Amino acid sequence: MTPGPEATESAVRDALDAHEARADALLEILHQVQDTLGHIPREAVPPLARALNRSRAEIQGVIGFYHDFRQEPAGATVIHLCRAEACQAMGAGALERHACERLGIGLHETTPDGRFTLEPVYCLGNCACTPSVRIGDTVYARVTPERFDALIDPYLDPGEEPA
Amino acid sequence: MIRVFVPRDTTAAALGADAVAAAILGEAARCGLAIELVRNGSRGACWLEPLVEVDDGHGRRAFGPVSVDDVPDLFVAGFPGRCDHPLALGDPAEIPWLARQHRLTFARAGLADPVSLDDYQALGGLAGLRKALVMEPQAIVDAVKASGLRGRGGAAFPTGIKWQTVHDTPAEQKYIACNADEGDSGTFADRLLMEADPYQLIEGMAIAGLAVGATQGFIYLRSEYPRARDTLEQAIAHAGRTGVLGDDILGSGRAFHLELRLGANAYICGEETSMLESLEGKRGLVRFKPPLPAIEGLHGQPTVINNVLSLAAASSILADGPEAYAALGSGRSKGTLTVQLGGNVKRGGLVELPFGTPLRTALEDYGGGTASGRPLRAVQVGGPLGTYLPEALWDTPLDYEAFAEVGGMLGHGGVVLFDDTVDMGHMARFAMEFCAVESCGKCTPCRVGSVRGMEVIDRLRAGDDREGALALLEELCETMEDGSLCAMGGLTPKPVRSALEHFPEDFC
Ligand SMILES: Cc1cc2nc3c(=O)[nH]c(=O)nc-3n(C[C@H](O)[C@H](O)[C@H](O)COP(=O)(O)O)c2cc1C
Ligand code: SF4
Repeated sequence: MTPGPEATESAVRDALDAHEARADALLEILHQVQDTLGHIPREAVPPLARALNRSRAEIQGVIGFYHDFRQEPAGATVIHLCRAEACQAMGAGALERHACERLGIGLHETTPDGRFTLEPVYCLGNCACTPSVRIGDTVYARVTPERFDALIDPYLDPGEEPA
Repeated sequence: MIRVFVPRDTTAAALGADAVAAAILGEAARCGLAIELVRNGSRGACWLEPLVEVDDGHGRRAFGPVSVDDVPDLFVAGFPGRCDHPLALGDPAEIPWLARQHRLTFARAGLADPVSLDDYQALGGLAGLRKALVMEPQAIVDAVKASGLRGRGGAAFPTGIKWQTVHDTPAEQKYIACNADEGDSGTFADRLLMEADPYQLIEGMAIAGLAVGATQGFIYLRSEYPRARDTLEQAIAHAGRTGVLGDDILGSGRAFHLELRLGANAYICGEETSMLESLEGKRGLVRFKPPLPAIEGLHGQPTVINNVLSLAAASSILADGPEAYAALGSGRSKGTLTVQLGGNVKRGGLVELPFGTPLRTALEDYGGGTASGRPLRAVQVGGPLGTYLPEALWDTPLDYEAFAEVGGMLGHGGVVLFDDTVDMGHMARFAMEFCAVESCGKCTPCRVGSVRGMEVIDRLRAGDDREGALALLEELCETMEDGSLCAMGGLTPKPVRSALEHFPEDFC
C-alpha cells in the first residue's frame, strides 16, 4: 500500500517534531517514518532534507546505506532469517531453502499477495539456541522447517496455501 | 508472598518464556494461589531457558527448561511450593554450570527485575558511582589503568589509556559513546547485560563521564535487539527520574545525560568511527585515523568509545577496587572473559571465566559438546572475522596473547561450534560473502576483493585450475590485508585462510 501525500507529510512532520529536527538523529527519524508508513517513500526525502539542512542526496544516501530502511512497501509480515555462522551451524541454510520454497520467493522479496517479505539478517543475538528467526519484533529459537510452517500459519487464512 | 521469576530475556522469550509466564499466572489464579510474578533478566544459561525460579523467602529454587505444556503438571506436583519434579534443579546458584563460573560483570544477571533500581542497589549497585563522585577525575582514570582492563569490543586496547587521552584533551564538550552494536555472530553478552543489568552499564558510563569530564553519553544500540531497547529505555528513564542521571547525579551537583540511539542494521557501524558517523546521522563510512576519536570524535569532540562490557566493568572496578580486578586473569589479560557458546552446542550460553582458561574447558566442561551429538569438528572464535580452529588448537588458553600466537583473536568472546557436517569451503565463501554484504564500500580491496573472493572459492571448489585459483585467493587475501582501512576487509582473510589451512579437504 502506498501512503498518500498527506500521510507521508504528517509522518515526516511527526518524526521531525519528536526529535526536534536534529540532523544527528536522522536514523531515529527515519525509523519513525518507516514504523508509521511501513517504508520511507521517495516523497519523504525533500522535506527531510529541507528540515535537517542536508542535501537530498545525503538523505538518500543514508536510506540506501542501512539495511533496515526500505523505500518500497514490504509485505504485511516481515520475516528475518538469520544467516550468520551460529545459525548456519544448526541448519539455517536448510531453513532458508525451505522458507524460500514454502513462500515461493527469494530473500529481499515479497509474496505476490503482499503477505510476507523475507529478509536476511546477520545475527539476532540468540546464538545459543539457533536457528533464529525474527517475525516483527519477536525472535524465535531453534526454528526447524516444521516450526517455521507452524509460525507462519497464523498469518494465513484457514486452509490456504501460500503463493 | 511467593515470588516466581520468569526471564524477559530475548532467548528465554524466543523459547516461550512469555507464554510460560502467562500460563503460570493463569494456573495460579485457577488454584487460588497468590503469587508475585517477576520478569527477571537471564542468568545466561540459555540451554536451561525458560529457567523459572521460585523464592518463598527461604531461598530460591529453579525449574528448567519449562515449556507451556509443563506448567499444569508443575502445579499438580506442588509448584510453586517445594516439590519433586523432573524439571526441578534446586538452588540455581548451585547448578554446577553456573556455580563453577567466576561471575563478576554478570554476578547480578538474572537475580532481579532489571528495571528495579532498588533491587540494583540492594545487590551492590551504584557503589562504584558513589565512590567516583568523591574522587578526583585523574584518580578514577588511574583506577581503571591499574585494573588492567582492556576493551571488550574486540581490539583489546587498554581502557585506562583511552580515558587518559580524553581526560587530557581540553574541550567545551566531551562525549561517552557506548558501542552496543554487537554485530559478531555468536555473541550476545552485551545484549544479555543490557537486558539483565542495564544500570551497571548506565553506572559505568556515568563513571566514565566523571573521569574524563564528559556530560553527555550515547548508547548506540543495534536495531536487531528490540528487547534490549525496551529494557534500556525503561532503565534510562527511571535513572533520570531518580537522579542517577541528569544535572545533579545523586545530589553531587555533577551532570551526566544519556541518550539511547538505534542503529539500522549495518555490521560496519560497530567499527568505532563508522559508529560515530552513524551517531551524527550519516552513512556509516569508516573514518581515517588519526585523528583518534579520543581527540576528535563525535562532532569533532574528544570521545570515549567503549564496548558495553568495558563500561560495565568500570562499575565493579570502582566498587571493589582495581586490585581485585587485576588479581584475576593471566599475563596481560586481566579480569574475566565472557565466553559466549553458540552454534551447534549442547549447553550454550554465557560463561564468565578468568582469562587463561583453556578453550577446551569452555567447549567440553561447559558446552558439553555438540547439540547434534555428532563429533565437534571446527570452532570459530571471535566473530565473523575470527579464525576457525581445528581440534589441535583447542587447548589454547583463552587470553589475548595466546590466541594471537595461534593466528586467532578472542574478539568479543564469541565461540561458535560446528559438528562434522560442516562444509568449511562453504564457510570460507560465506566469510567473503559477509564482507561483500557489509563492507562500507570505501576501499576497493574490501568492496571488490570480497566479491572476487567468492568467485575464486567457487572456482577452487569446482576444481578447475586449482593451482591458479589457490594462488589468486592468496593474492586476494594479501591485497585485502594490506589495502583495507579497517578490520572488516583486513581480517576477512582470517576465517578464509584458517579454513583452507586446517580443513583443506573441504575445498575439493
Ligand atoms: C568491522 C568491525 C566491527 C566492530 N564491531 C564492534 C561491535 O559490534 N561492538 C564493539 O564494541 N566493538 C566493535 N568493533 C570494535 C570497535 O571498533 C572499537 O574497537 C571498540 O568499540 C572500542 O571499545 P573497547 O575498547 O571497549 O573494546 C568493531 C570493529 C570492526 C573493525
Ligand atoms: S575495509 Fe571495508 S569496511 Fe573497512 S573502511 Fe574499507 S571498505 Fe569500509
